[in-house]
Amino acid sequence: MHPFTYLRARDVQQASALAAQDRGTELIAGGTDMLQLLKDDVRRPERLVDIGGLTGLASVEATASGLRLGALARMSDVADNPAVRDGYPAIAEALLASASPQVRNMATIGGNLLQRTRCPYFRDTATSCNKREPGSGCAAIGGENRLHAILGGSAHCVATHASDLAVALAALDAVVVAEGANAGSGRRIPLVDFHLVPGDTPQRENVLQDGELIVAVEVPAAALTRRSLYRKVRDRASFEFALASAAVALEIDGGVIHQARVALGGVGTKPWRAYEAERALVGATPRSAAFEAAASRAVDGAKPLEQNGFKLELAQRVVIRALTTLGA
Amino acid sequence: MSQSGFNRREFLQTTALATSSVALARGLRLPQALAADAAKPASDTMPVTLKINGEMRTATVDPRTTLLDVLRERLGMTGTKKGCDMGACGACTVHVDGRRVVSCLTLAAMVEGKSVTTIEGLAGGAELHPMQAAFIEHDGFQCGYCTSGQIMSAVALVSEGRATSDANIREFMSGNLCRCGAYPNIVAAINAASGRRV
Repeated sequence: MHPFTYLRARDVQQASALAAQDRGTELIAGGTDMLQLLKDDVRRPERLVDIGGLTGLASVEATASGLRLGALARMSDVADNPAVRDGYPAIAEALLASASPQVRNMATIGGNLLQRTRCPYFRDTATSCNKREPGSGCAAIGGENRLHAILGGSAHCVATHASDLAVALAALDAVVVAEGANAGSGRRIPLVDFHLVPGDTPQRENVLQDGELIVAVEVPAAALTRRSLYRKVRDRASFEFALASAAVALEIDGGVIHQARVALGGVGTKPWRAYEAERALVGATPRSAAFEAAASRAVDGAKPLEQNGFKLELAQRVVIRALTTLGA
Repeated sequence: MSQSGFNRREFLQTTALATSSVALARGLRLPQALAADAAKPASDTMPVTLKINGEMRTATVDPRTTLLDVLRERLGMTGTKKGCDMGACGACTVHVDGRRVVSCLTLAAMVEGKSVTTIEGLAGGAELHPMQAAFIEHDGFQCGYCTSGQIMSAVALVSEGRATSDANIREFMSGNLCRCGAYPNIVAAINAASGRRV
């Protein structure tokens, strides 16, 4: 581990100012991803600023206008919150399908959205990776790529985004609230616009500017959030990242789908909102024909790699299963 | 062992020292990470005060030090085990302010002033915690290396209200791996200690 100094932040403004000051400063909250990256020498900060103890950022509030998750709320606390479980089940299910109970007690909502990819080449400094070391090449494209993305990749990077939570949030039109060094400088970024596809700058993973921190995530109240669900398929039953997952929500009235939300995980370079699948569902009766049509639209533009052609079929089946469960 | 004035741990430590001097004498390479750390100037050290099993303890540490390493290497509390050191196996599970966490992914500095419970703090004097007794009764281990983590996780699982079915126990113990495969007996021990009828 590269040597670093450690500082406990006083408030968001101080943490932001310190992070904006120099690129050698990184923020730490739950630390579950950061510690792994430090131990693997993938991140080599000169200074760690601990925001984990900042007050007022860990609350979970549910009101008539929606849900507000503080950036420092722990994954387990959000998953166990009755208002989340009842009103936004896809979010609670995505959280409970993530990591392990110990990690969920530590990891924060903000950190979950900022976690780095699980691409083994990204985490192995002995290999080339454009995300870790821009311009060094992508070892995954011609290498072991069974776990990689079939949607949103480029010639420079095909790493998946690992978060389950972000997939549920993408489906439910969540908004990321970020703050910079100036108090009250809050910026609201739709979650679907928060993460970036790699293009030719895979080192840029989101739209946060230097020194900007996530302070909260908001989910607007809507008729369909209550009828939402998260399904995840992985190599083992628990404590594993997704091969393919789907967050879906439906508003059904009089036997007709009025509104639909579909997002995919485990297959995209970012949390993947499938708008075309949603269009295929609206106005249809909730039957298998509509679900199959939607699933096929959900993987529009997919480009499987040498070892992950199975994800094309798997992702569609996950969508069909999720919609069938929800529409029944 | 106490009669000989030499216990197993001291024997292992002495042997390890002897082995590493042999390795150095032969000019073998240190593991890469260790060599890199040795070449760099030491980070600033900082004092960390923790309440461990009810007792205030202070250690001056390099900021990179994990809670796990403070417990084992600085305070001599070796009941908490280091398995993968990457948060994947659960052998290092302890409770911080009553919640189970993996101590290998926790910097000691991050838990300054907090209450830490380790496996050494579970028993009440000579009387085992009911979960410890249940693990013995139901043969919930073989080699024993993952056991302190399993027990710390199991105690938390029961207080979280998750001991409601075998399936739930398995799901909420998924952060603790046992390579001997003692899982069925671990589930039986947790059922018994939780008082759930099966």
